[in-house]
Amino acid sequence: MSGLAIDNISMRFDLPNGGHVQALQDVTLDIKPGEIMSVLGPSGCGKTTLLNIVAGFLAPTEGETRVNDHVVEGPDAERGMVFQQGALFEWMSVRDNVSFGPRMAGKKKADYMGNVDHLLDIVGLQDFKEKMVYELSGGMQQRVALARCLANDPDVILMDEPLGALDALTREKMQSLVLKLWKETGKTIILITHSIDEALLLGERVLVMAPRPGRIHKEYRLPFAEMGVNADLREVKEHPQYAPTREEILTMIWDMEEEIMGRTEEGA
Amino acid sequence: MVDTVNLMCTFERLGTTQTELRASPVPEGQILGESYVPPEGCDVATGWEVFAGQMGLLGSELWTETQNVLIGALSAIPSIAIYVAIILAFMFAWRALKSFLTPTRDYTSLKTVTFGDESAVRSMLSASIISVVLIFVIWGSFTGSSLIPRFLHLPGPFLGEASFTYTMEDGAGNRDDAEVFVRVIEAGAEETDYEVDPGDGIAANDATEIVEYRSAIVAWDRNDAASRRDDGARIVAINGQEFEFDASLEDEDGNLLQTPPTFDLDFGRVAITDRGTINIVPNQGVQMQPLYLPAPEVVWQSFIDIAKYGYQNVYLTVHLGFSLFRVVVGFLLGAIVGIPLGYAMGLSNWFRGWFDPIVEFMRPVPPLALIPLVIIWFGIGEVGKIFLLFLAALWIMAIAARSGVSGVRITKVHAAYSLGASKWQILRHVIIPNSLPEIFTGARVAMGVCWGTVVAAELVAAEEGIGKMITTASKFQSTDIILLGVIIIGIVGFGIDMLMRMAERKLVPWKGKG
Repeated sequence: MSGLAIDNISMRFDLPNGGHVQALQDVTLDIKPGEIMSVLGPSGCGKTTLLNIVAGFLAPTEGETRVNDHVVEGPDAERGMVFQQGALFEWMSVRDNVSFGPRMAGKKKADYMGNVDHLLDIVGLQDFKEKMVYELSGGMQQRVALARCLANDPDVILMDEPLGALDALTREKMQSLVLKLWKETGKTIILITHSIDEALLLGERVLVMAPRPGRIHKEYRLPFAEMGVNADLREVKEHPQYAPTREEILTMIWDMEEEIMGRTEEGA
Repeated sequence: MVDTVNLMCTFERLGTTQTELRASPVPEGQILGESYVPPEGCDVATGWEVFAGQMGLLGSELWTETQNVLIGALSAIPSIAIYVAIILAFMFAWRALKSFLTPTRDYTSLKTVTFGDESAVRSMLSASIISVVLIFVIWGSFTGSSLIPRFLHLPGPFLGEASFTYTMEDGAGNRDDAEVFVRVIEAGAEETDYEVDPGDGIAANDATEIVEYRSAIVAWDRNDAASRRDDGARIVAINGQEFEFDASLEDEDGNLLQTPPTFDLDFGRVAITDRGTINIVPNQGVQMQPLYLPAPEVVWQSFIDIAKYGYQNVYLTVHLGFSLFRVVVGFLLGAIVGIPLGYAMGLSNWFRGWFDPIVEFMRPVPPLALIPLVIIWFGIGEVGKIFLLFLAALWIMAIAARSGVSGVRITKVHAAYSLGASKWQILRHVIIPNSLPEIFTGARVAMGVCWGTVVAAELVAAEEGIGKMITTASKFQSTDIILLGVIIIGIVGFGIDMLMRMAERKLVPWKGKG
């Protein structure tokens, strides 16, 4: 198990018209092994950029990310990704999608097949192993994506709005599944979301980011994720601390959005 | 090297003065700008006059062409209107018929908004069947086909026997009536010596046999007692209708003083010629002559014949086999080179930059425009034709592969990298399968273009091939073979596309589901 150290990262790039964008400024984070952290923020606050830097798809202009005591220089199997949708390989069956990582690593079929089938059982797709992914519903596809990521046994899982495209009911079930998998596997998870409820329910730590330049605005440590592992998520929402925290973060993000809108109107 | 000079020349034409631009060589020994003297009525054109003159020449020619096109288009309007009326008539008839049958009760049939709902518009099988049958009915009725009942035939050419009388007057003023018997026979029927009883009097009965769609001139006086030349005999009436025409009355320039008359009779038109003879044009009807459009059964018969015995000593299978061989080999070569080229362009900035100008320049050049060049370079052998088809397929396949690579969702590639795949594994397991639907679409287009190109290339230069068959047939005016060739080309092209679609459904079932 490994944690993650984000050390003073800044990201600044030039625009074709001569200007530049400061997407991130001086972001520093230390995530312990086995922690689950959700990231919230208005659009344009750089949360996806941050995730892409951690994943190794983008190089920061300053600072560095360290996993397993080495600096991140590109994508690697130690950091798994779960995307919103459309990241599955629709030319493969469910089982082939889930076993993609081990197959690419050249492992023997006998060594990984048991784990793949076990993961498909956990995400409730035992009857759909031979189906093609385009035959599945959106919620089922995201369960395949989770299983595929876990089958590769990464140290850190990065989730970019993994449940964003699902309907409310499916989404709630999937949130429980994410918590269950987090507890069972003990993985370090960073989850980006637009939903405040999702951030509160799934984040031991909740990071609120602010835009222009993208930076950390406030951080919370919350008990809800731990509670949700064993309880119904609707019960968790009844917790006396839940509603005030939700209200506080909502107001915070609301004010930031207002400021962006106001600035745009002044500029226009 | 002879110097050439542009001249503006003024000349008289049809009573008006016209000015026109002409290019003319400078005579030997003269030097332009020094000793050169332009011909009479001409001046050396200035730069502006050269431009304006060219525009004028182009404009007047294009104006004539535009008029021809407009006349053609306008004259087609009645036929199009009739065809649309037939379509609508069948539609209403079909609807009326359907309303008596049990209506379908599926989901689409319950939609109230169908006009503008694309998903509610489905190709109607009954309309397709009627449309195809109607094509054959129209074809048959214009050719008098034996496949369809006679009442559907459009009026054909007059066939059989008819007669009319003429009244002759000799130089002395004696008149006599005689009959002209006309017998119109089918093309290809054996001609006979058509003789009739000459009758009595100074004018004798005449007989003439005419092949359908032809006309005949009857020198009526050849068996009469008085002749046009020696006795000043002439016709003064046809079927009792008198007229004033004397072919011997001319002015100093040799122009006729009177206009020769024309008569529309039951079986056709009878006219007195400038020389006083009778011109007989039997009714031609509105059917097409076999030379222009043979009947369907004739085409079918020639299909049976050339399938069995070949055309010009080459079997139909050989013609077709050569054409298909060229298409398949040319297409495969184009795909083998074009797909990797497209991948390189989709995956590397440098290759994209290197090949973009070449591909974008070559793509709009139709392969047909390269035929003369290919013949000069490779001769008329197989290499040239296959090279042409290779070029036709190459750019299409390259562009299809390039857009297939560009169409990969970046999240798929990111996901694969995060799962530990190498570049080679990503190409093999993500990029190639993801681009297959695009490549199949490109392959379908390329096969279609190749099939069209091979026929055109064979029209120009080939020993065998379905296009060659058409060219040979056109030299012998065998319209049935030409038509047969066109139909075979259409059916084979359609068949190729159907095969490609089947292969696509089988091999890339995930198409459009990403």
